[in-house]
Amino acid sequence: MRQLFRSVALGLLLLAAAAAGAGVAIPPVGRVTDLTGTLSPAEQQALRDQLDAFEKRKGSQIAVLLVPTTQPEVIEQYALRVAEQWKIGRKGIDDGALFVVAKDDRALRIEVGYGIEGALNDATAKRIIDEIVVPKFKAGDFAGGVEAGVDRMLAVIDGEPLPAPVQKRAVGNLGGNLESLFIVGFILVVVVGGVLRQMIGKVPAAILVGGAVGVIGWLIVGALFAGLAVAVIAFVFTLVSGSMPMGGMRRGGFPGGGWGGGGGGGGGGGGSWGGGGGGFGGGGASGRW
Amino acid sequence: MKRFAVVLMLALSTVLSGCGYNSMQGLDEEVKASWSEVVNQYQRRADLVPNLVNTVKGFAEQEKSILLGVTEARSKVGSIQATPELVNDPAALDRFMKAQGAMTSALSRLLVVTENYPQLKSDQNFRDLQAQLEGTENRITVARNRYIKSVQEYNTTIRQFPANLTAMVMGYQPKANFTVENEAAIAKPPTVDFGTAKPAQPAPAK
Repeated sequence: MRQLFRSVALGLLLLAAAAAGAGVAIPPVGRVTDLTGTLSPAEQQALRDQLDAFEKRKGSQIAVLLVPTTQPEVIEQYALRVAEQWKIGRKGIDDGALFVVAKDDRALRIEVGYGIEGALNDATAKRIIDEIVVPKFKAGDFAGGVEAGVDRMLAVIDGEPLPAPVQKRAVGNLGGNLESLFIVGFILVVVVGGVLRQMIGKVPAAILVGGAVGVIGWLIVGALFAGLAVAVIAFVFTLVSGSMPMGGMRRGGFPGGGWGGGGGGGGGGGGSWGGGGGGFGGGGASGRW
Repeated sequence: MKRFAVVLMLALSTVLSGCGYNSMQGLDEEVKASWSEVVNQYQRRADLVPNLVNTVKGFAEQEKSILLGVTEARSKVGSIQATPELVNDPAALDRFMKAQGAMTSALSRLLVVTENYPQLKSDQNFRDLQAQLEGTENRITVARNRYIKSVQEYNTTIRQFPANLTAMVMGYQPKANFTVENEAAIAKPPTVDFGTAKPAQPAPAK
């Protein structure tokens, strides 16, 4: 069933790409994607496990992609398009790397995210390609070449001090906090504030709600200043909200809907692996054999 | 009275966001940021040059004119201040791009020549520098593409109704975009000449 879905998705992607007239279609994101039938399932799984273990330990996301060709684009353009779409690497740390092989073009490229350009710099990437991968590819040993190249990449990235991986992505980042703060504040101001205003009058209710929101905000975000700021906002809101019809409140448009875009990284070991939102700027090296 | 003030504030913020003023500010910043990245990568290339020239000099002393050409191109690039305001001045942008283009061709001439020196080509230091140069050229391409996209978005925004009215009031002009440096040269069919020694070879090592 999943296989069917994947092939349908791939077909749609191909169709979309054909309609747009833009080069080779980008396959759905995956740690190891072989569209050339070069690596055996066992070899793919071994690579996948290796990359998975590395991500768990180091946090850095690495992906391997083998395509028959990138024509009419050069491999640099194609690799960057894939990197931009997959967004591997953690958001803000940008520690993703992509190993692309265009088998029929006899070209390969290591695309390196911003965050690991220091360790896996262009010269190092070039050396990995020229000295480790290309000799094996020349001899026809593709699996060995990919394995050895990935091994070396991991060893090099290991040398770069990166922030430790977050276990299961605790909802502890500021973005999530601000969102929950908004929701809590919204409920307090609209519901509790409305009731209180009826009961004890406008100004005391505003002070009460403002104070409560401030304390909660302080607790959630952990910064006194932020707490004070939301307290003032809540105070003003409660004070003013009576003087305009409730319909006016609806157009506030709290920034709830837009979340979950780039941050879905680290999904469990199964099929649902995705990029964490890492950025790429064209760093890395290419080679031919 | 208070109700009136609130309504006025709401109306004002709606109008302000509806007229495209805010999105223009956002896009303007984006153009600036992507331009900084372009300059940054060009700078990175210029920083590589002295090292590269010195390394090549060690193996290919006799290629004086080409080495000199690279050094001169670099000093010309360095003399142009690449400020963010450059984006709003098509003439200055053109000068900047001309200088960078001269640098590109001087570097590619240098790399063509190095093909004749097997010892140089097998020198690890040179190979590393060449890899860095290639990587930087690729980054420049990427940065330029992103700049082109951001300028396109900005220009589209300020020319569309109703944002164009705001742009007119505020005096915002469309920003200059990159053009191909040698448009004329590309339009000309290539001349094949077997007589002379060195054919002009565009961007090797790719």
